[in-house]
Amino acid sequence: MDSMRDRFISTASRLLDEEPRLAVVLADISADGFAPAARAHPDRVINVGIREQLLVGAGAGMALAGMRPVVHTFASFLVERPFEQVKLDFGHQGVGGVLVSAGGSYDWPAGGFTHMAPGDVALLDTLDGWNVHVPGHPDEAEALLRDAVAGEGRVYVRLSLQANREARPVSGAGGFMPVREGRLGTVVAVGPMLDGVLAATEGLDLTVLYATTVRPFDAAGVRRAAGVTNAADVVIVEPYLAGTSAAAAGEALVDLPHRVLGLGVGRAELRRYGTMGEHLRAHGLDPAGLRERITGFLRL
Amino acid sequence: MTNTTAVPAHGRHAASAATPDFAGLPRLIALMTGDEKHAPAAHSTLDALWVLYDRVLRVTPDAVDDPGRDRFLLSKGHGPMAYYAVLAAHGFFDESLLPGFGSYDSPLGHHPDRLLVPGGEIGSGSLGHGLPIAVGTVLGLRAQGLTDPRVWVLIGDAELDEGSNHEAIAHAGPAGLEQLHTLVIDNASATHGWPGGIASRFTSAGWAAETVDGRDHEALYAAFTAPHPGRPLAVVARVEPKG
Repeated sequence: MDSMRDRFISTASRLLDEEPRLAVVLADISADGFAPAARAHPDRVINVGIREQLLVGAGAGMALAGMRPVVHTFASFLVERPFEQVKLDFGHQGVGGVLVSAGGSYDWPAGGFTHMAPGDVALLDTLDGWNVHVPGHPDEAEALLRDAVAGEGRVYVRLSLQANREARPVSGAGGFMPVREGRLGTVVAVGPMLDGVLAATEGLDLTVLYATTVRPFDAAGVRRAAGVTNAADVVIVEPYLAGTSAAAAGEALVDLPHRVLGLGVGRAELRRYGTMGEHLRAHGLDPAGLRERITGFLRL
Repeated sequence: MTNTTAVPAHGRHAASAATPDFAGLPRLIALMTGDEKHAPAAHSTLDALWVLYDRVLRVTPDAVDDPGRDRFLLSKGHGPMAYYAVLAAHGFFDESLLPGFGSYDSPLGHHPDRLLVPGGEIGSGSLGHGLPIAVGTVLGLRAQGLTDPRVWVLIGDAELDEGSNHEAIAHAGPAGLEQLHTLVIDNASATHGWPGGIASRFTSAGWAAETVDGRDHEALYAAFTAPHPGRPLAVVARVEPKG
């Protein structure tokens, strides 16, 4: 199975053949993978070198000139390091573009904290007008990427090595997808957290919603699900900073007495290397950790 | 040194009844500042902006959405009165907007917003954004086969402190972005100066560069129009040190 990042490279390379307005802007990361596309489209596959302020600014400039830019590097260097370029060069200038990150929260734990970006979605969430896709499978990444490229708006696509075993039919326009229905509460699983959530809630009388597009947040879908359970108790499990969407879930339930628990990556820096599995366990995001906290919250 | 300029050949927007006139700019600026005594010398960018819009840029009020237009990006968004005055003089908007400068209902802020200023190509204010955007604009034009339009970006010598500029300079030279032009207004305001000169930052990255008197319209025009095949061009326009 290819990774989401592999699929991004193959899909974007094909789209470059089909869509003359598309441009891919890189800062060395994934440049090897895009080498054939760069040979075929030297004016539309741009590698600016290890220069992330320029990466985002130049992508925005291409959008101002009428192109549809796809701007790509690791999440920490795409959203966090050049955050003001994201805020101003796309948002304030009022142009669209697609930011595609790799690396996620801890795709390379042995690489340490400098290459971890658990705060990327929360940071982007301070800005207006960004759609945020968090695919849970390479097939979903392809579908969401195609959708993002075909649009005109500002889109963030968060790719990770963490993935579910099976793809589900997703689209950028879709709301949260019911995967299980139950009576005692609702769990929203975001992207690659789905398999862990399904394992953690096995045998429990809970509704599970699957979310691959978290901004815009499917408030109506969460409200609908929570409205038919015995209590409007909602747990949202995200593969990035815990609580990133807790406020959005609370707003969705504002007309009901409700409780919301946001699970995800903890704020404290672990200062550990190791494997993704070890980091999931450390943050309580493995099935056992999830089950303990979900059942505790729901008093099951 | 001369402040006379040739009457431009390109057409004028109907809203601009009078022929644009450099001597008329202080009156327009005074509509914003309320201070007629401020000479043009108080505005470091005024002469260079005038020469660009009057004799160099191929853009008119009717062509602000034309993909083939030249683009001028004011990166140094501080002190935009000279910019607004030049745009008004050339009919991009009516001078009746000028007295509202900075007010709640005005499209003319103390930093420009491209979505509000008719003829404005970028919003600016935070330093160091214009040159990377200009690089991308050239790349975007080139990717569409639009190799004729020129892109100009104005930065200040203190703005050059921002590292983002150096990312752009270092990329644009080796990339051979001939359509890219950077105008550096040098009023010696960078805190640590630029030992070795500003132009050398560009030439060492493969740019063509010229340093001229930023008040000399003929020298500015000559520098702005100097051929620079295969390379981007930087023009450093020196003006009086910031007081």
